[in-house]
This record gives sequence, C-alpha cells and structure tokens, in this order.
Amino acid sequence: MQLHDVWFVLIAVLWIGYFFLEGFDFGIGILTKLLARDRREKRVLINTIGPVWDGNEVWLLSAGGATFAAFPEWYATLFSGFYLPLLVILVCLIVRGVAFEYRAKRAEERWQRNWEHAIFWTSLIPALLWGVAFGNIVRGVKIDAHKEYVGTFFDLLNPYAILGGLVTLTLFTFHGAVFAALKTLGDIRERARKLATVVGLITAVLALGFLIWTQLDRGNGTSLVAMIVAVVALVAALGANQIGREGWAFAFSGITVAAAVAMLFLTLFPNVMPSSLNESWNLTVTNASSSPYTLKIMTWCAGIATPVVILYQGWTYWVFRKRIGTQHIADAH
Amino acid sequence: MELALAPETLARWQFGITTVYHFLFVPLTISLAALVAGLETAWVRTGNQKYLQATKFWGKLFLINIAMGVVTGIVQEFQFGMNWSDYSRFVGDIFGAPLAFEALIAFFFESTFIGLWIFGWDKLPKKIHCLCMWVVAVGTILSAYFILAANSWMQHPVGYKYNAANGRAELTDFWKVLTQDTTLVVVFHTLTAAFLTGAAFMVGISAYHLMRKKHIKVMRTSLRVGLVTLVIAGIMTAISGDTLGKVMFEQQPMKMAAAEALWDKEEPAPFSVFAYGDVDKGHNKVAIEIPGLLSFLAHNDFSSPVPGINDVNKSEQEKFGPGDYRPNIPVAYWGFRWMIGFGMASFAIGLAGLWLTRRKFWLAPSLRTGDEEPPHLAVTKNKALGARFTKWYWSLAFVTLGFPLIANSWGWIFTEMGRQPWVVYGVLRTSDAVSPSVSQGEVLTSMIVFTTLYAVLAVIEVRLLVKYIKAGPPELTDSDLNPPTKIGGDSQDADRPMAFSY
Repeated sequence: MQLHDVWFVLIAVLWIGYFFLEGFDFGIGILTKLLARDRREKRVLINTIGPVWDGNEVWLLSAGGATFAAFPEWYATLFSGFYLPLLVILVCLIVRGVAFEYRAKRAEERWQRNWEHAIFWTSLIPALLWGVAFGNIVRGVKIDAHKEYVGTFFDLLNPYAILGGLVTLTLFTFHGAVFAALKTLGDIRERARKLATVVGLITAVLALGFLIWTQLDRGNGTSLVAMIVAVVALVAALGANQIGREGWAFAFSGITVAAAVAMLFLTLFPNVMPSSLNESWNLTVTNASSSPYTLKIMTWCAGIATPVVILYQGWTYWVFRKRIGTQHIADAH
Repeated sequence: MELALAPETLARWQFGITTVYHFLFVPLTISLAALVAGLETAWVRTGNQKYLQATKFWGKLFLINIAMGVVTGIVQEFQFGMNWSDYSRFVGDIFGAPLAFEALIAFFFESTFIGLWIFGWDKLPKKIHCLCMWVVAVGTILSAYFILAANSWMQHPVGYKYNAANGRAELTDFWKVLTQDTTLVVVFHTLTAAFLTGAAFMVGISAYHLMRKKHIKVMRTSLRVGLVTLVIAGIMTAISGDTLGKVMFEQQPMKMAAAEALWDKEEPAPFSVFAYGDVDKGHNKVAIEIPGLLSFLAHNDFSSPVPGINDVNKSEQEKFGPGDYRPNIPVAYWGFRWMIGFGMASFAIGLAGLWLTRRKFWLAPSLRTGDEEPPHLAVTKNKALGARFTKWYWSLAFVTLGFPLIANSWGWIFTEMGRQPWVVYGVLRTSDAVSPSVSQGEVLTSMIVFTTLYAVLAVIEVRLLVKYIKAGPPELTDSDLNPPTKIGGDSQDADRPMAFSY
C-alpha cells in the first residue's frame, strides 16, 4: 500500500467522521421543526448539540484541508467544479453557526424565531447537498483532459445524485432522531423514538435503492461487504430503537453512516473523481496526489493528531453525558 | 473581457473582501482568548469576584466575536479551490500541508474546547474550566502560526523545487517553510498586532464605562489589564514591524519601494512623509521627506542605498521577461502609512492612559483612588485633568478600539497588494492562478452573495456587541460562585437548569 492509498483511506476516514458527527447535528437541526412541539422543546434539541456542533464541523475543514494537501488536483477540480452547490453549503454553514451562537443572545421572540428558521433550513440544505455532491463524485462528472470540470450546474442534478441527496437527508434525520432519543428526557424522548422508526423506514427504502444502484453500476467485492454492513446496521438500529436500547440504536445508526460512506469510497478507488467523458481523464490517487515527501509529512501529522482529537472530543461527549429535559432549560430566554 | 469584471479581478475582490472581513475577528479572537484566560486564572487563584465578573463580561464579547471568526474562516479554506484552482494545483503540494495542519491541530483544539468553556460552567471544576480557555488560546495561536507559514511561503517561497514533468511546485523541506525568517517575523508581528487589537478593545470599552462611572470595579481592572497589554504589544509590534520591514527590503524590494513611493535608487534614501506622484511617468510631483531614514529602516544605517521602483522593475524584467512588475503604488504607499499611523496612534493613547491612570507612582495622596471610584487622570504629581479633558481622554480611548482594526486591515492590503503581480513571489502570477472552469457569472454571484451576507451579519454582530457592552458585567449567581467539584457536574441537583443554554 503506497502513501497515496493511505491518504485515500484517511480522506475517507475524515469524511466518515464528518458525516457521523455533523450528520446527527444536521438531523437535530431538521428535527427542531419535525419533533419539537413548542419553543422550549426546540431549545432542548438545540442544546443536545450545543457544546459539540462546532467541533463536529471541524471534521469538514480537516477533510477539505487534507484533500488540498494530499490530492491538490482533486481539491481544485472538485471545489471549482461544484462551485454553486458549495457556495450554497458555505452560506448555510455560516448562517447556521451564527444562528446557534446568537439565537439566545436577545430575548425578543422575533429574533429567536428567525434564527430557529435559519437553524432548520441551514441544517436541511447541506444534509441534502452533501449527498448530491457525493452522488456526483461517485457517478463521474464531465472532466476534460486538463482535469477541469466542463459540465454545468444542472448536470449535477441527475436522478442518481438527487437520490443520494435524499438518502443523506433522511439518514441524517434518522441519525439525529436516534441521538435525540439518547440525549433527552421525558416526553420528547418517547416521541423521538417513534419518529426515528418512521424516518428510519423511509431511510431504509431510499438507502437500499441508492446503495443497490451504486453496487450494480460500479460496485466490487469490498463495496458489497460495506453495503451489507450498512444495511444490517440500519436494520439493527431500527430494532434497537424499537426496543428502547438508545445507545445501541445510536451506535448502529452511526455504523450505517460510516459504512455507507465507506462503500462510496470503495467504489471510487483507485479513482478520486472519475470523468464521465473519457476514462483516461479520470482523476486517480496517482495523478491527483501530492509528492511522496508531502504525503509522508501529512501522514505523521494525521497519524498523531487524529487519535488525540478523537480522545478529547470523546471526552467532551463524556463531560456532557447527562440527558437534557425541558426542566433544564432556564426561563430567561 | 472588460477588465473590471474579468474573473481575475472579481476573484481578487472577493478574496480581499472575505479576507479583510475575516481578519476583523481573528486578532480579537487571538488576544481576547488569552486575556479572558488570564482573567479567569486570576479568579481561580484569588477568588476575587471582580475577576469572575470580568471573565464573564469579556468572555461574552469574545464569544460573539469568535462565532463570526469561525464561520467566515470556512470560506477562506474553500475559496482557494473555488476561485483559485490553478493556484491550488500549482502550490497544493506545499501550501495544503500547513492548512491541513491548522485544521487537524489548531481548529480542533479551538472548536472543541470553546464548546467545553461555553457550556462547562456547571459541568467542570473551575480549574479545568479555566484550562479549557487556555487551550483555546493556544489553539488560536497555533492556527495563526500555520496560516502565516503558508502566507509567508507566498511572500518568500523556500524549501521547494519546480517539477517540470507535472508543472507544479513541490515541497522539499517543510521545516524550512515553518521556520524561515519570513514566517517567524510575520508570526511575531501579527501576534503582537493581535494583542494590540484586543488590548485597545478592552481599553476602549473600559473607558466607555468609566466615563459614565459605571461598573467601576470591574472596569478599573480591565482598563489596567488593557493598558499594560496595549503598551507592551505596541512596543513589540513596532519592533517586529521594523524587523519585518528589513526582511522585506531584502526579499521583496519592490513592495518596500512602492511603500515609500521611492522611484529611483537613492543613497542615502529618505523616508517619505507625504507624496503625490504620477504612476505612468514614474516620479513624484510632491514629496516631503526625512533624509536618510529609509536607509536606516532598510539596513540599520543612514547611508546605504535603497533601490527604487524603476530599478526593481527593470531588474525583474531582465529576470522574468517583459512586463510591468509594479504593484498598485498609491495603495501600497497609503496602506503602509495607515497601518503604521493607526497602530501607533492607539499605542500612544495607551501610553498616555497608563501614565494618567497610575495608582501611586509620583502621585499626591489626594489623587489616589480606591477600587470603587474611577481613577483621576493625573498629569503631574498634584494636577489632574479637568472635567472636560478627562471626558476627551475617555472618548479618545473609546475610539481607539477601532484603530488597530483599521491598521490590521491596511497591513494585509499592503502586504498582499504590494506583492502583485505575483501570487507566489517570483514563481506564479496572480493572472495564472484563477479557476479556468469558473465563469464570470459564478464569481460575480458568489461575490455578491458573500458581500451581502457579510454586511447583514456585520450589522447584527455590531448591534449585539453594543447591547452586551452597554449591559456591562453580569451579576454573579449562586451557581457561578459554587462551581462543581466533579467533572460532568455534581449529582445532587439533577433537575437544576443548565448554567448556560442556547
């Protein structure tokens, strides 16, 4: 295994980390409208991710930065090619971060309601668009001989990619509902479990369609294994949720996210961004990667930093391990 | 294509707007993190409640600020790929690494521990809570270091070779990128300027309250912390700026010649106080100068020659082929002056304040004040400023909170525009760096979207800051004064509302 292969795996790990973590906090954002009955319940939901959403988002910055460093050609083609969807995602992430931090900083109801709308939409839109983006990466887009994206914005809106978007949207909502059930107390916890079942079933239908489509079109032996793991984990998550084992349900919904993302990366390899125009124009782990020297330095950095990050982020979740109910929300806001 | 709307021009405007905007928040974040951590340490060590109140007050303003810094920072990492894909392809092998280091080492630190700090008041023992802010502070400094190492490589590329086979620059010595003199001096200069910024912010707001005789106890302490930091940071900024100037005279003579509107080599070279010139003809029409000073700034003596714009342009033409290698000279010239002028003005106001508000040294007993009253502004041993001048000083001290922000912005505009037409000095031209696949319409769209969004957020942010500044430090509650003894919170009061919630 050469260093650029290692880095392909590491980039996949960073995206898995991002979707695992930000997946449920996108889900929580979406649930503020689907699950919460009143504004106090909205606040219960928002506060389950309050201390952690920011750290979760850094997985995206790490994935972006690591792609820049390890596969500059991939970074350049992807970011310039998917220009408008990325612009929308950026706007959402900006507004979303500010919304969390500023919502409670004024008592006026209109102010707070505006930020609450913002939290919903800026969680929903990226949850959808990330799936569309990855659907397109896997499917292949119009890349020319100079590694430039030559398609249009509307080329990105094809049925396969849109189905991918719906899968991430529903899967993250399910993951979020399971997380809500794990982190809350009282009535909202019960309703979170019930909603998780409904969303989970919809997710199962969509995900099965998308993953089988992926497997039939461009799958291989290892991607089949990942697909089976994803499907089994999703079923297990639904089952665990049904019998009220919330910790297990969350672990399994997390494994579903991880295995589904892993499957996409496994169908990609050794490409990083295939060209739909000509196979010889594919961006691959070899023609898109940095020099071995840069990859070696990056490997040292990631090899040491990533486990440490996981340790202290894990510690954060342990510090805030207590469930939150409506009684924990102060009246002041 | 119309030059004003060429993708390169638009992409540069977008980079300028988003970066200057982002950098309004960065220096405040860097310095306030450390200052808040210092105040909280004082609370933990002394148990004096005024320090906890100060921690909460400045901490709140810090949080309002860092929220904007974090979200506008995401754009920074994405837009290299979006608008500057040819740049990313050419330099990714080198430039990507410090960016990835920043994310993996610094961002994770900051973002994770800021969450612990915000929500941790009733979940963490006070020593650990305080430690979280120190980790945030270290994270912000590491973050600055890696980003500035990347920027310094653009200013003065080292530790790389050009690979003709794949047409890109490749890293050969990462250690050199991290430790070259440009990096070290730029880091020193940027960090000291960041502390100047946070200190002026603290002085300005403390002065606002002291002028109104409100929240005196907390604001007196804050004023003192702010003034001392402002003066030390001011001296260090000047020293590091001087060192950086000498490095730049060496590495980018064009930038420094443009900063001085020095058209032709002079020996000794004068420092320009005011100049108005003709860029096309390459000379100044009006110039007021201090003889020999520029030679000193460049080489530490009053006689050495300094090459002018026309000389450097000619030598670059010989080296890189025909073309115009001059940056926008009025921007470089005035940017350099605004940077120094505003930075040093706030330093001077701080120095004056430190003298005027001294507590005992050379001060008659009648002018000494206790913790509960605003300090007299004592000019000499027995004489304090009258009511009118006192008000003037407090007003001036309040206004100074904006000065370093202006100075920082012009500093970056100067150093980035002064490097043009290069994006990587001597290696890659800015015109060769833009994304070929991105249309004019797309860049224009994103520029309008970001500019509008940033403008709206600026209004929201400033109004929120004003609200919390006016409110002053919060009254302390029982739970503030009785932090938990166990990690995760004490268990006896399971239904108590969270100390902080969104």
